[in-house]
Amino acid sequence: MAIVVKRPKLKWYEQLYLPALAKGLRVTMGHFFKLLSGKTKVTMQYPEEKWDANLPDYYRGAPALVTDEQQRERCVACQLCEFICPPRAITIKPEEIPSEDKWAKVEKRPKTFDINMIRCIYCGLCEEVCPEQAIYLRKDYAITGTSREEMIHDKQKLYEIGGVREGLVNKWNELK
Amino acid sequence: MDWYIILAATIKIVVFVFLVTLPLVAMSVWAERRVSAAIQDRVGPNRVGPAGLLQPVADGIKFLLKEDFTPNHVRKSFYWLAPALTMIPSLLTCAVIPFGSQLFGEKMVIADLDVGPLFVFAVASLTVYGIVLAGWASNSKYPFLGSVRSTSQMISYEISLGLSIVPLLMIYGELNLGRIVMEQAQNGWALLPLWGEGLSFRGWLLAIPLFISFIVFTTSMFAETNRLPFDLPECETELVAGYHTEYSSMKFALFFLGEYAAMIIGSGLAVTLFFGGWSLPFGWLTPESLDAEVPFWHGLIHIGVFFAKVILFIIFFIAVRWTLPRFRYDQLMKLGWVVFFELALANVILTALLLMWLK
Repeated sequence: MAIVVKRPKLKWYEQLYLPALAKGLRVTMGHFFKLLSGKTKVTMQYPEEKWDANLPDYYRGAPALVTDEQQRERCVACQLCEFICPPRAITIKPEEIPSEDKWAKVEKRPKTFDINMIRCIYCGLCEEVCPEQAIYLRKDYAITGTSREEMIHDKQKLYEIGGVREGLVNKWNELK
Repeated sequence: MDWYIILAATIKIVVFVFLVTLPLVAMSVWAERRVSAAIQDRVGPNRVGPAGLLQPVADGIKFLLKEDFTPNHVRKSFYWLAPALTMIPSLLTCAVIPFGSQLFGEKMVIADLDVGPLFVFAVASLTVYGIVLAGWASNSKYPFLGSVRSTSQMISYEISLGLSIVPLLMIYGELNLGRIVMEQAQNGWALLPLWGEGLSFRGWLLAIPLFISFIVFTTSMFAETNRLPFDLPECETELVAGYHTEYSSMKFALFFLGEYAAMIIGSGLAVTLFFGGWSLPFGWLTPESLDAEVPFWHGLIHIGVFFAKVILFIIFFIAVRWTLPRFRYDQLMKLGWVVFFELALANVILTALLLMWLK
């Protein structure tokens, strides 16, 4: 059914358009002067101002590997993160820890651990699945590079971002 | 003696047109973007230079470096001619606008013609040829439609534009813009008769038709310069970009700058006719007569005042653009032919009657 739209009948002063113009100008100039006096909050000026201090604890930035308080790499190369990673960004080559090593009882460690940051979708499943609490999503979000090779984080880079995490899992302690 | 006049004119042309008006055109593009941003609670261009003030330079470099592409299907000679035909008349009209009183005993107007406003209208109406040629030479439908619209719009509003200032010319009995400004400096601006002979019953009564003609003049000026709310020739929702759809690089920039130059000259003319040109309010620092000696620093202040007024008017232009929606095309034509044409005509008669009664 067609609907007949009622056109409003304009009064003579409304047909002049000038009151409407004055009204409109009041609105726009109101916004203009509010912005000039700094009352309006506008966009953050990104490279100069950053949100870094206000990022929440659950923020999911770049994934990184962490070492524990004894400088031991936590990752035991179980490859769970590699299997769960939806975009298959993680590639791990495990190796056996030689028996003369101090941590020989851990048995396995990653020989290489690469995360392709072009593929990573920052979902955090690797962090969730890790039984050793060795991989964490940190707060770094500006991951940039000028080539594809640069965008692949290797083990050294991952430990650099990750740093040391104390506590949590103590099952590989010397005491145990 | 002759070479002195030529030298003075050349200096005035170079300084006023190329060192003041063209940079003002560039800066008004920047102002447009910043003011519109502020109105819409955004930031606007603020990266190039302090507060983005060098943005026009970056834009200019971009325009110069872009590929100047001429499509195969255009009519080349007219296609090349059109941008120049829109830009040059806008700059030519600078010639008669008095942008200051005197400096070193030299009148601050390039050509002190006795037919000032007529010259402006005559030359400014040439811009329509540039637009017609652009639309026709582009040989494609959107530019054609845009230029057809623009042409009919400009021709319609030229009539009310011309008629709107007739009352003003009747009241001052003068067509020389310099003398009109002098009259306003001594006896109150056309729209602010608060001093001199203007502060009288006659001055206030005559301010009524002047106010009507100001409204008609300003609105027609919006239509003439193809600005919103009358920017139908290039309304991007329907016509891509109107008459300059096929243009690129510096040719497009010439259209763009021509539009802004027309806006600045329009503001200059409105300021000259209705807001006392270079004069300060209440007759401050006003010279006794046009030929009286003006101290050096008075002359500088007068030039500053003129450009301050023009800039305020440009900001008004910008604010209106970001306030009003676009008119429909039939509304635009109706407004021009049925409302403003009659209003301007009636205003002429009203002024004549008032002048007869007050004599």
